[in-house]
Amino acid sequence: MTASDFGAALPRPRRDFLPVLAPLIVAAIAAPFIGSASSFLTLTAAGVAMGMMIFTMASGLTLAFGMMDVLNFGHGAFISLGAYVAALVFAPLASWAQADSWPLNLALLALALAAAVIVCGLFGLVFERLVIVPVYGQHLKQILATIGGSIVAEQLLYALFGPDVIALAPPASFRGSFLIGDAAIEKYRVVATLVGLVVFVGLTLALNRTKIGLLIRAGVQDREMVEALGYRIDRLFVGVFMAGAALAGIGGVLWALYRQQVHASMGGELLVLCFIVIIIGGLGSVGGCFIGAILVALIDNYAGFLAPKLALVANIGLMVGVLLWRPRGLYPVGGR
Amino acid sequence: MMILSGSPPRGRALQALIVVVVLALALAPFLFPGAKPLNVAAKVCIYVLLGASYDLLLGYAGMVSFAHVMFFGVGSYGVGLALYGLGPSWGAAALGLAAALGVSTVLALAIGLLSLRVQAIFFTMVTLAVSYAFGVLASQLDWLTGGEDGRSFRVPEALQPGFKLINGEAFGVALNGRLVSYYLVFAACAALFLALLRVVNSPFGRVLEAIRENPLRAEALGYRIVFHRTLATCLAAAGATAAGALNALWLRYVGPDTALAGSIQIAVLVVVVIGGMGTLYGAVLGAALFVVAQNYLQALLGALSTGAADAGLPLLTGVFHPDRWLLWLGLLFVLAVYFAPAGLVGALRSKDEAAQ
Repeated sequence: MTASDFGAALPRPRRDFLPVLAPLIVAAIAAPFIGSASSFLTLTAAGVAMGMMIFTMASGLTLAFGMMDVLNFGHGAFISLGAYVAALVFAPLASWAQADSWPLNLALLALALAAAVIVCGLFGLVFERLVIVPVYGQHLKQILATIGGSIVAEQLLYALFGPDVIALAPPASFRGSFLIGDAAIEKYRVVATLVGLVVFVGLTLALNRTKIGLLIRAGVQDREMVEALGYRIDRLFVGVFMAGAALAGIGGVLWALYRQQVHASMGGELLVLCFIVIIIGGLGSVGGCFIGAILVALIDNYAGFLAPKLALVANIGLMVGVLLWRPRGLYPVGGR
Repeated sequence: MMILSGSPPRGRALQALIVVVVLALALAPFLFPGAKPLNVAAKVCIYVLLGASYDLLLGYAGMVSFAHVMFFGVGSYGVGLALYGLGPSWGAAALGLAAALGVSTVLALAIGLLSLRVQAIFFTMVTLAVSYAFGVLASQLDWLTGGEDGRSFRVPEALQPGFKLINGEAFGVALNGRLVSYYLVFAACAALFLALLRVVNSPFGRVLEAIRENPLRAEALGYRIVFHRTLATCLAAAGATAAGALNALWLRYVGPDTALAGSIQIAVLVVVVIGGMGTLYGAVLGAALFVVAQNYLQALLGALSTGAADAGLPLLTGVFHPDRWLLWLGLLFVLAVYFAPAGLVGALRSKDEAAQ
């Protein structure tokens, strides 16, 4: 090795663009089966909106696993809690939701999102301290403890808010659809896509442009090395876990308004989709999580249109296909 | 000791308790006459088998599966739909069971081979996703499964309530088809429990424990991890399928609520963790405790709930509502994970060992 080598730039990792094409390929394959261009456009828009929501919910899950090997089976409870917070915020401010002025409607949505971030973030902190800390590093116990935690959390939601489904309509100016030619695109889906996009851009910038983001990414790659350099990764992890819970809360608000109803069982159902997404994306990878979410949501919508009974099975098929192609997911992280 | 595969329950208190539970189950129709107690006893038997087969995965192989209820459902639907479609004969039941075992094995193989190649954590997530999708599919294919309503069917003649084994009674109990059904369930569960005891005490079971304790070392010793874990998955799936088949025969009905509900999966987890992981006998105690608690805890909670309502405490009323019994079992579950990883069995053993 000569002296000049030290100044040379590190070899850049080869960019892997193949997975990015996967949603496009799926869309291209589905298009001829769907036939009409307007239905295709509607379904694709619905898929993208759903994908952004699922990404919001799943991103915290994959980061928490990447950093501390913590796979939280109680993540669904954060989603449900976010939905209930939305219902609580919307109930006393019904006049804001009914008013036909978009600034007021937007303020209401922002208020609900902010409330969900605070409540779910704090609940995430409590959950982490009570349920996860006692079983750090013990995989089996961790899975069992978080399953138990999710049972208790779901039952507490039932006890607090009653077992019935609560109806929740989106604010007035987000109802109805835009018409592009024959294709109807629901306004609320556009709003959800925009919120999801803000989350994605914010998360990407935070991870790639800040010191904390650098530490988080380093921690995902190699926790011990970051610790050896003197950083308290366990404290950083608490922050990541809280942020993940808050993001799940945002996802819960968006999803509740999308489905126009709130129920404690929705978290568990969405958790299944979140798991499929992070398996497809590669555990710990935010970029993979994003692509996985879009893929899963697109397939869910296309399959839901073509063969409604097989929507979920189609996603299992997608997961099988991806795991056969890349056993560690689309973007494998570190040594996992 | 041969019949117990050289692994009897250690500890005097534990032995006594196991003997009490087994005797109570064996003599249940005579000790507790009536339809409801017999139902409870049959359910305990089925949960013992379900829990023991789950313990093979959770306690011995150290893998958390969410698909156990799916295999239970495959067994239930296999026997149920065969009897529904082909009429009440033993041949139809056997055909249904064979088909169900085939489907379970293929599913277990596919899940194992697909998800165990990389990391055990994939297994847990994949089982959750597959099991959930299976549940949704089963309730949607209503031309086959009867959808949410399920299917009621007639069982082979010897198991029908109207069937008379001998005219007359023994110890005041009519010797009818329900009695035959109960003893079929009891005997099958006991035999399969002993078979599972044989499996965990075989060299294969020891390798599973070695992999659980230290996968790298087990692999270095030349044991193929994926093979052993996948085989354990298949064996556990077969046990759950058999339990499901017995459940369908006993209930003479198969539907999402009795065969595929998520609450069954949670129940199995609670049975094994509270009974004691990695001890098979834990499933016996856990199942007895769980089923009895499920049947009688709700009454207790109902009383507490009305008490709280009278005292004007709305929050407590919600928490003590009879439908919230899972909340209390969930709390017990988390506490057991933290403070008593060996469950009831561990607690009974250590007390006994301290006394000696």
